[in-house]
Amino acid sequence: MRINLSRKKIRDSFVDKVQELSGQNLLACYQCGKCSAGCPAVMDMDILPNQIIRFAQLGFKDELLASKAIWICASCLTCNARCPKGINIAEVIEALRQILLRNREDHLKVENLSDKEKEDIPPIALICSMRKFTS
Amino acid sequence: MKISYYPGCTLKNHAKNFEDSTICSLNAIGVEVEELNRWNCCGTVFSLTTDDLIHHVAPIRNLIRVKEANYEKVMTVCAMCYNTLKRANERVKSDPESLDILNDFMDREEVQYDGDVQIFHLLEFLRDEIGFANLAQKVVKPLKKLKIASYYGCLLVRPKEIGFDDMENPTILDDLMSVLGADSVDFPFKTECCGAYQTVDKPDIIADRTNQILTSTMDQGAEMVVVSCPLCAFNLDQRQKQTVEKYPEFKHMPVMYFTQALAIALGCPEETLRFDLNFIDPKPILKEKGLI
Repeated sequence: MRINLSRKKIRDSFVDKVQELSGQNLLACYQCGKCSAGCPAVMDMDILPNQIIRFAQLGFKDELLASKAIWICASCLTCNARCPKGINIAEVIEALRQILLRNREDHLKVENLSDKEKEDIPPIALICSMRKFTS
Repeated sequence: MKISYYPGCTLKNHAKNFEDSTICSLNAIGVEVEELNRWNCCGTVFSLTTDDLIHHVAPIRNLIRVKEANYEKVMTVCAMCYNTLKRANERVKSDPESLDILNDFMDREEVQYDGDVQIFHLLEFLRDEIGFANLAQKVVKPLKKLKIASYYGCLLVRPKEIGFDDMENPTILDDLMSVLGADSVDFPFKTECCGAYQTVDKPDIIADRTNQILTSTMDQGAEMVVVSCPLCAFNLDQRQKQTVEKYPEFKHMPVMYFTQALAIALGCPEETLRFDLNFIDPKPILKEKGLI
């Protein structure tokens, strides 16, 4: 993958916004990779949790907001529990989802669920999914 | 003893087996359960963004109901309700400004909430208030020779501030199963996420996790898995249908709520166990062990 770094990207308000919404200091990360090592969802992710933090530090807005990974994370908080620098990685990923959802870019298409699915899937799952994946 | 109880949405339908077995078990040890009046959704997932106060309205409103019912504490059995109610409460306790905003938002509520309701899980109650030693004396049908793997999932143990056991190596469910007379089986995936609400639009992911988690319990010789979350239960039990389609070598494993195991041991009648709501029928193995 070709990566272009620029001061413009790093100083973009996107980085501040991610820090503000997540309440996390992105620069605390020293890339040990424990978050990705313990994450049960990495096999389905295109950008791994430690890479998400690195990309966020560098202002890689387009790559992050187009990634599949932010919708694969189910906030199980294993990464948060194991980060030696006390960074809540799940909160950073939630901030990225929220940036899209607050602009009405829903991930879950409720209208695509069949009546049978809506009946079979318990309310706890449906409501969680709507809360996490719709605006 | 009488305690205030918050059921949550799924215990009233898909997980009625969780609710009925809980109430019967508590009654069997002399505890009366009073369902919270006018409860609403717990909010399901706890909001992780700093400014998202609107999603804390639902859990905090429930805690106002607890105060209105003149209780200082409320019990949940659903791991998700427990997690969300407790985290929302911790949030307003540590951030008085957000508590003021929430109280202003709900200005027609007669009670101004001040963060003082304690939220506890049935497992905590059994361990800390009843005491496992006392509970052992109430067991009328020990779960002898039944090999049970206890699955904790995420919400009982993480984050550390809300968990009531070790984050990486919890034992409370295993300890309870031993008290009930079962053989507790250890396995490496007991706190690994089941995939949670991804089950709605990405059931394929759940098939992978269920295969991994349940196969691991089988490899360790388990005959049954117990859980404390209706979402974990759906993924590990009902989603075995999709799991076996994706992994034909996968062998079915019965999954019960820990309260169903508790209710059996405490001698509750079979109709309170509601096995009709379990997808993989736990009855054959229970019959084999002479438990039903």
